[in-house]
Amino acid sequence: MRRILLRRFAQIIPLILGVIVLNFALIQMSPGSFLDVMTAEQQVSDPAMIERMRVLYGMDKPVIIQLLKYIWSVLTLDFGYSYRQNETVLAVIMQALPATVILMLASIAIALLVGVLAGVVAAVKVNTLWDNLISVGAVFFFAAPTFWLGIMLMIVFSVRLGWLPVGGMRDIGVDHGVIGIALDVMRHLALPALSLGLFYAAMYTRVMRASMLEVFRHDFVRTARAKGLSGAQVVVRHVFRNALLPVVTLLGLQLGTVLGGSVVIETVFSWPDIGSLMLDSVMSRNYPVVLGVLVLSSLIVAVANALVDIAYFRLDPRIRAR
Amino acid sequence: MALIDAPPLTPLPPAPALLSVSDLEVTLFTRAGQLKAVDRLSLEVAAGETLAIVGESGCGKSISALALMRLLPEPPAKITGGSVRLAGRDLTRLSEGEMQRVRGKDLAMIFQDPMSALNPVLTVGRQIVEVIARHDPASHRAMQARALELMRKVRIPDAERRFNDYPHQLSGGMNQRIVIAMAIACQPKVLVADEPTTALDVTIQAQILDLMKELQAETGMGLIIITHDLGVVAETADRVLVMYAGRKVEDGTVDAVFDRPLHPYTRGLMGATPSATLQPHGRLAEIPGSVPALADLPAGCAFNNRCPIAFARCFAERPGLTMPAPARSVACFAVEQEGVRHGDPVGA
Repeated sequence: MRRILLRRFAQIIPLILGVIVLNFALIQMSPGSFLDVMTAEQQVSDPAMIERMRVLYGMDKPVIIQLLKYIWSVLTLDFGYSYRQNETVLAVIMQALPATVILMLASIAIALLVGVLAGVVAAVKVNTLWDNLISVGAVFFFAAPTFWLGIMLMIVFSVRLGWLPVGGMRDIGVDHGVIGIALDVMRHLALPALSLGLFYAAMYTRVMRASMLEVFRHDFVRTARAKGLSGAQVVVRHVFRNALLPVVTLLGLQLGTVLGGSVVIETVFSWPDIGSLMLDSVMSRNYPVVLGVLVLSSLIVAVANALVDIAYFRLDPRIRAR
Repeated sequence: MALIDAPPLTPLPPAPALLSVSDLEVTLFTRAGQLKAVDRLSLEVAAGETLAIVGESGCGKSISALALMRLLPEPPAKITGGSVRLAGRDLTRLSEGEMQRVRGKDLAMIFQDPMSALNPVLTVGRQIVEVIARHDPASHRAMQARALELMRKVRIPDAERRFNDYPHQLSGGMNQRIVIAMAIACQPKVLVADEPTTALDVTIQAQILDLMKELQAETGMGLIIITHDLGVVAETADRVLVMYAGRKVEDGTVDAVFDRPLHPYTRGLMGATPSATLQPHGRLAEIPGSVPALADLPAGCAFNNRCPIAFARCFAERPGLTMPAPARSVACFAVEQEGVRHGDPVGA
């Protein structure tokens, strides 16, 4: 087990190197550099000045040297400097990262909870009113655009009922210690997390339902019933765990989209986020930030996949044996 | 007082049956209409007795077994008539909750494919403990000790080490032993074994059958073995019941049926059994044709399209069961007309 884990994590390093090289090459190939944007915005037209900045930012060196320098600095956790925010790239990303991670984790938690439960109920009550209601609900939440869902939730809960804030992450001027801040963030988090969560929950519902129904057909379920177990015992002890694997696969895929999957909702609820930082950085050719975000998200994807593999191991002894 | 008021004694029926099924009827509700998968099946099993149910695939053996356990896939299958009395209680009238307390305790079942009959993500030990916990809960340690005891009883070598193994780590024969251990955990009155050895190697088959006979001798449970292998019947059963297209076509003691099979179908089955002595020339005799689908059973006797001795009446009416000899029944017009003379030994 430990050896497999070590191997799994060792695989992350070449993966990240690959991501760096690929993205670096892509950026080199795309026309224009941040110097163009910068000089245009500042209305600098002196060629000598531009040349000096080229040297300053190391852009006069051969591409391969730039790449090697970048890889080295990433290894020392230095992602470069963002002239736009006038801060290190790492600091810029770290400002946006927690909000995005909180939102995504909250919505994935909602999705897992709601989706798995609804899927189990739909499978147990297959072809009944319950099943149909859940299936229709799943199709609805899956088909409805998340921004529309977000706006509708906002209209109902914020505008009409006035229970929850319309957007943002914190109320200005609220400071009642750690608990006060946490409660405040949770109030702001509820609607965006719900609109994203319900969308993802629809997927989990479908997958869980199908997976449960498939497991129900296995012989060992009949054996379990032949032992005299009650319906609930059969579902919980024998079907549920076997049905969970596809859901874990989906979860792994989804954890990989943590940094980019919520741009729309974050915009609707003006949630401070990494998606708009990324967009802004691409538009302004702020490539150190772009590269930084890409490297970080590849790291998150790789770690999420490793975690999913561990979950597989824990869930299914047959995978452990291989 | 009570003795005086009691009604006069009636003569006791011989050897009261532990399990007695009468006129059991299972209907499949399909788009093609209502099909009788099991048609007025009656059987009895006494304590310590072994009944074999034989027939080709699709003749209703397994579905009868599932009906006894009330484990039919519902829908489409449903018990639509008859009764299943286990120690006097009619199982068909029990609620699902009451039935759950019968399954695994009074009436247990063994399945065909041991590799798929066990949950792949739970250890075998835990799966045995689960039955005990359901019907006879005790402290965790006590139940574990009992499960280990059962594993030794079904001769799993190194039971302590195997206890925490998963089914994929054991062989098919070992897994079937685990399934048997689960089935006998609460000393059932009757054990139903649905093709218990079909998925196993021949050498393992004999071991498993021996084990089952041994456990039966020890506990006195009734045993129903469902099989298409007449070798298994000869080796293990006291009585045999032959099914065809959802109906009983013949039954009797193993000796009587093997000596003088009456129904042409039974005779065909016996001709189809490989035997070192009777068939020196290789080719197996086989029954021409195959079991008709339930949706298009022929009019008259269901076997008439494959029967070598069918005559006009067989195409017009369905034969009922007759008793040509004591403890023997058969559903065939030819036997009815010609008497037992028709039932000469196979190959004669």
